[in-house]
Amino acid sequence: MRLDPHLSQRLVKTLLWTLTGVTLLILIFIIVDIAVKGLPQVTWAFLSQDSTDMGRAGGIFPTIVATAYITLLAILLASPLGVGTAIYLTEYTREGWATRIIRFGSECLAGVPSIILGLFGFVLFVLKLGLGWSVLSGALTLAIMVLPIIIRTSEEAIKAVPQDYRTACYSLGMSQWQTVTRIVLPSALPGITTGIMLSIGRSLGETAVLLFTAGAALRTPVSVFDSGRTMAVHFYILAREGISMPNAYGTAAVLVISILLINIAAYTLMQRLMKRYG
Amino acid sequence: MHREKFIERVLLLLALSSVGSLALITIFIFLEGFPLILSAGLKNFILSSHWAPTKGHFGILAMIISSVFVTLGAMVIGVPLGLSCAIVLAEFSPPRLKMVLKPTLELLAGIPSVVYGFLGVIWLVPLIRNYLGGPGLSLLAASIILGIMILPTVISISIDALTAVPDLYRDGSLALGATRWQTVRRVVLPAASSGIITAIILGMGRAIGETMAVIMVAGNALQIPTSILDPVRTLTSNIALELSYAAGRHREALFATGIVLFIIIMILNLSATLIARRR
Repeated sequence: MRLDPHLSQRLVKTLLWTLTGVTLLILIFIIVDIAVKGLPQVTWAFLSQDSTDMGRAGGIFPTIVATAYITLLAILLASPLGVGTAIYLTEYTREGWATRIIRFGSECLAGVPSIILGLFGFVLFVLKLGLGWSVLSGALTLAIMVLPIIIRTSEEAIKAVPQDYRTACYSLGMSQWQTVTRIVLPSALPGITTGIMLSIGRSLGETAVLLFTAGAALRTPVSVFDSGRTMAVHFYILAREGISMPNAYGTAAVLVISILLINIAAYTLMQRLMKRYG
Repeated sequence: MHREKFIERVLLLLALSSVGSLALITIFIFLEGFPLILSAGLKNFILSSHWAPTKGHFGILAMIISSVFVTLGAMVIGVPLGLSCAIVLAEFSPPRLKMVLKPTLELLAGIPSVVYGFLGVIWLVPLIRNYLGGPGLSLLAASIILGIMILPTVISISIDALTAVPDLYRDGSLALGATRWQTVRRVVLPAASSGIITAIILGMGRAIGETMAVIMVAGNALQIPTSILDPVRTLTSNIALELSYAAGRHREALFATGIVLFIIIMILNLSATLIARRR
């Protein structure tokens, strides 16, 4: 039996739209559930007080500090490496075996699962280099995790800068480095910023890497050698050990909302950029 | 001139950071784990499911099988949903709706894996326990959660593959009197197939490497599953559950588990890259 093509098209379309609807509903459900149960917990006191009784009572201030500390340090470490790589790949070399190896390495690195990164950071930074469970160990490992994101977005941003800009610089007698620092990088800055924001979003939600490199001490870290429990790790421990469901939801709400805001901002920036360069 | 040469050297050094990190990761995981595979014997390691690391038994077969099943389950859930979204967005939705739907779906990627695991425990696990039986924490629960988690990977890469198909192909097919769906099925999907396969392989890599969400919903029992309602322990959860207290050969065995995982994922990534390049 052959189905009428228009009828079968209608059936298939209905099925595809239904499955798309299901996917959207799952997303909406996740966000609404976290917001409805989590947001009522999020008060000024929740954000600004120390955790007490293993997180059963009090706020999440130490975990916010630890998250910001580790994330910022990781970004500070990864950005020069990532942007430098992108500049090298786009401005300083022709496509060849070297660029192929670098791109391949970066792609593979992007595929390394976080538990493997956690194992690696644990053995190298925590044990071998003697940094212990610390903000520094966590940040070093996270920096490796976000490096491919920064490389890819920076490379795209730099490539999008019109070739005319460079030609104009050279005709004015500027050196290559002057061209890169004065003209190319400033024009690519919004794109590079997008990559950095995506990296921050990725770092905020990371758990497996940090559990084994930054540890889970529930005090506010001061030195880079202090252990620090990030929001995501705190949420994991609260939820898994059943310490406090309301506080788990509250932490999840802060976490998810910050990540969504950062990602939405990054997306908006990218859209604007794409409009500018078409 | 000297200055430019120097700058180029420095940039090359920075550019080697990603390759260097990858090399360091590989070296350290192998250095830590390989001695155990040698001393316990590869056969005893990957073909036995007797895991009692404090008593000198290091068989990870049950976890390999569990990881494979959980990943296949995730594919069964994630691929149809993801491909449907991609086809709808790339081929059937009005451009304006696509402008809203695409970024919305990409937000799924930003939600941390612990949140997926948590919601799995709160909502999905009780549903499975009450309506299908078993402990709820199960292969099925892990597959469903992972299936949702791989959606952003599958959707965004498939959309790119579909939109890369030239409109001339579609116009040609439509001009011959084919319907939109016939065009998609006979012309667009075959033309985009290597990209879609890449999307599926990368989704698999994401699923098999995922840890935190799986620990929370899979139940972590050491056994070869006989039903989708059985609790399972994957390679990743085994590492994460035991690393904090393991020492000596036990810790080496966890790194050796990492080697197996690492090799599986590198094979998946390599094949994805090769297939993508064939285009």
